[in-house]
Amino acid sequence: MPEERVKTVLDSLNQGLRKALTDDPQAIILGEDILDPYGGSFKVTQGLSTQFPDRVLTTPISEAGITGIAGGLALRGFHPVVEIMFGDFTTLIVDQVVNHLAKFHDMYHGQTSAPVVIRTPMGGRRGYGPTHSQTLEKLFLGIPGLRVLAPFHLQVETGMGIPGKMLYDAVTASQGPTLFVENKLQYPLKLLTSSDLLEYTLGVSSTAGAPFYSLGLRGTPEPQITLAAYGYMAKLAMDALYQLAYQYEIFCELLVPTQLSPFELSPLFQSVSRTAHLLTIEEGTLTLGWGAEVLARASETLGPELQSASRLAAKETVVPASPRLEAEVLPDVADIIQKVREMMVSP
Amino acid sequence: MDKNTRLYQQMKIIRAFDSLLLEKFSTGIFSGTTHTSLGQEANAVGILLHCHQNDVVVSNHRCHGHFLAYGGDPTALFAELMGKPQGVCGGVGGSQHLHWRNFYASGVQGGTVAMAAGMALGEKKKGDDPIVVDFIGDGTLGEGIVYEALNMIALWELPILIVLENNHIAQTTPSELAIAGGITKRFESFGIPTTRIDSSDVLEIQPLAGALMGAVRMERGPQALVIDTARLGSHSKGDDTRPTERVEKLWRERDPIAIHGPRLPEKERKILDAEIERDIRTAFNNALAMEGGPDA
Repeated sequence: MPEERVKTVLDSLNQGLRKALTDDPQAIILGEDILDPYGGSFKVTQGLSTQFPDRVLTTPISEAGITGIAGGLALRGFHPVVEIMFGDFTTLIVDQVVNHLAKFHDMYHGQTSAPVVIRTPMGGRRGYGPTHSQTLEKLFLGIPGLRVLAPFHLQVETGMGIPGKMLYDAVTASQGPTLFVENKLQYPLKLLTSSDLLEYTLGVSSTAGAPFYSLGLRGTPEPQITLAAYGYMAKLAMDALYQLAYQYEIFCELLVPTQLSPFELSPLFQSVSRTAHLLTIEEGTLTLGWGAEVLARASETLGPELQSASRLAAKETVVPASPRLEAEVLPDVADIIQKVREMMVSP
Repeated sequence: MDKNTRLYQQMKIIRAFDSLLLEKFSTGIFSGTTHTSLGQEANAVGILLHCHQNDVVVSNHRCHGHFLAYGGDPTALFAELMGKPQGVCGGVGGSQHLHWRNFYASGVQGGTVAMAAGMALGEKKKGDDPIVVDFIGDGTLGEGIVYEALNMIALWELPILIVLENNHIAQTTPSELAIAGGITKRFESFGIPTTRIDSSDVLEIQPLAGALMGAVRMERGPQALVIDTARLGSHSKGDDTRPTERVEKLWRERDPIAIHGPRLPEKERKILDAEIERDIRTAFNNALAMEGGPDA
């Protein structure tokens, strides 16, 4: 079939799944409300059940059950994808992920593994309220045997774009379970191509097979601070980076991992060894979050080279339904700019 | 070897294994915990005798009997329990986490039913002959994921036999303090054909299991088998809170070895007993002599 023209993160993910089902006869998708014509709450599976009716299964509202079933399928040679409709509902699958999928390889002494991909949209800013807006992936970071990925809206080569390519690779070539963290506001983002990035410098490295990006502004002085963010927050950090340069003459380098766990941060350390300042930015709550681990590792690795470090995250409360209240809780571009200005004034 | 002898032999292997395990546990050779199959040998043997080569077996924390009846090697199991690299899972899994060929056991209640359902879905999608046999206990019925899995097992007509070994006690909690309503109704309400038998007699369990596994194989859909049975040993090692008289009564009335043994000529049985006990002791000693492990 002809390659669809990819425009957005949503298109890219949809095409990644379609290509996985096309190329890999072991690929199979389970999830709630994923059949056409609805095609899933966020439409990531749109069209797939029509094209692959035997391998796109709609399920009861049983997140734990379908994750366990995916584990059983994987142990018997399949490459299952589970859609968890809202990231908030991943709390329902923790036993399946921690005590089952992530355990099989090691506890059965390497005789088998469960290459399941669990995809789910995290994040707020849609007014969905306290149980449909959270960013909970920090609960899944640091679980031995589990890989956590978060795509970035980028398309540097022709093809399905990075989000879809990462998803395709995770489905067809993983050795173990993967939590694939999407963000609701990422879906409509246009994939950035080289023509969108003419003003930027883009570095791409790879850690454990997942891309790790570094972004800066072309023709500006050496960056003075490293920003670290992933997923949709990395998009907001890009906007902040631009404004900080042109309004405040503070020059940043933005580091964007796409593999969150296991932590592989060497490109980040290289950046911080040049800038000496680090700010992590995440949409989840602050305490024991992604940034806490990044800072701990940066501190251990860089020692006195790291002169200042800070974290920006959501306030430690529920995500309110009211857009006005929600905006007060979640970090946005203005918050990033404010935080960076504070950090760069004090040293 | 005739059928009666073979059934006896298989059950006796399990009995000898777990008895020696308990005997040696206090010497410190084994670490952690263990759950023996004492009293439930007829279930493992009567059911798993019917396994085809590619059938999948899913078991739980009380898995030694299932593993041995599946054809697992007693030496490798002893080595596993001793934490040796030559063990079934290299000493990583221990008593509750065994995987060998198509046998999988895990120690968390409930989740394995969903896992087993996924395996059955996989076999059904492949269009292959194998079926899945999943052992759970009465205690497992407290877990919510069981009902999610049963629903999908019935909804998708998955080729699985769920065996509920109802030993009427979950660790120390008797069923009447944990289970409301009927046990068979739990399966029947999802439309899963359910058969119940109150027996510790392998000659009653074995043909029934054969018929049900045949039905799963023929109809490519689920069946449930509830076996009212008796746990003759502790939950793990020395944690039995039941009155001694009650346990002694169970030994008198519900011991599958004592029920089936007299069907063999006494002389033949004594020879078999001696051979099996010798072999299990040899397996133990061979495992003990293996290099590596915690004290190496």
